[in-house]
Amino acid sequence: MWKWLHPYAKTERAYALCNTLLPYFFVTAVVGLLVGFIWGLAFAPTDYQQGDSFRIIYIHVPSAILSMSTYVAMAIAGFVGLVWQWKTAYMSMIAIAPVGAVLTFISLFTGAAWGKPMWGTWWIWDARLTAQLILFFLYLGVMALYGAFSDKTQAGKSAAIMALVGVINIPIIHYSVEWWNTLHQGATITKFGKPSIALSMLWPLLISIVGTVGLIGTLVMMNLKNQILRRELHRPWVIALLQKTEQR
Amino acid sequence: MHFDSFAAFLEMGGYGFFVWLSYGVSLLVVVAFIIYVKLDKRKLIAEVRAEAARKARIKQAKEQS
Repeated sequence: MWKWLHPYAKTERAYALCNTLLPYFFVTAVVGLLVGFIWGLAFAPTDYQQGDSFRIIYIHVPSAILSMSTYVAMAIAGFVGLVWQWKTAYMSMIAIAPVGAVLTFISLFTGAAWGKPMWGTWWIWDARLTAQLILFFLYLGVMALYGAFSDKTQAGKSAAIMALVGVINIPIIHYSVEWWNTLHQGATITKFGKPSIALSMLWPLLISIVGTVGLIGTLVMMNLKNQILRRELHRPWVIALLQKTEQR
Repeated sequence: MHFDSFAAFLEMGGYGFFVWLSYGVSLLVVVAFIIYVKLDKRKLIAEVRAEAARKARIKQAKEQS
């Protein structure tokens, strides 16, 4: 496996891999989000307690769950960079960070817009909400720390360490609804046993999650391509590539 | 279809504002990020172009002297 993986430490190969993966992520995103959202918004039945406001779930839950998965992916990329000294690993880490920040913002915002009609407030210093806000700041922190160094190897190391330390927040977010008495409701699908949601509501949710994975992949690949180009700006292959695209 | 009419769909049982606010802002944030990435790419192309032009000028100056 390592022999197979190793060529992708080279930036040119990594760039080519981004181009190969991009269309698959894009199609997954478009199909998944269109089907999931249209099904969830127009065809799923109304919730007996929350009325039609529950339809925010189709954007809130995918962004919230995946904001955590994305953070773990970013930390793993940072770990790989620290251990094996891959430049491309740091590039991936810093390409993932703003996408994760976007997701976390979406989860916080949709949560607020759901909380207002259901709880009567946009925001409350509830354990789940506060931990998620910290996740948002961790993403911003990784980006800021990376930007603060002009030596990008040093920047990658520092940001990777910060990303790894921040992983402690992930189980805190996940279990916050069990450990503390929160206003936020408990887990719907990510728990042992049967999910506490009707199948006619669950299916569009699962499809939305798959679509959001595709969206994350698309955005990360797009951003990663730029990160690779920026770091390798003086390499002949990058110069040739950018001059070619410029003529179009 | 769950709703009787398009108007009822937009109204979302009285929660229309919150539902469409959520979906609208999320779409906006994602679109803004895509625009940022596109502008970033454009900046990189401009940088490479400026560098190539600078090299051409240096080469020209050397040939003249």
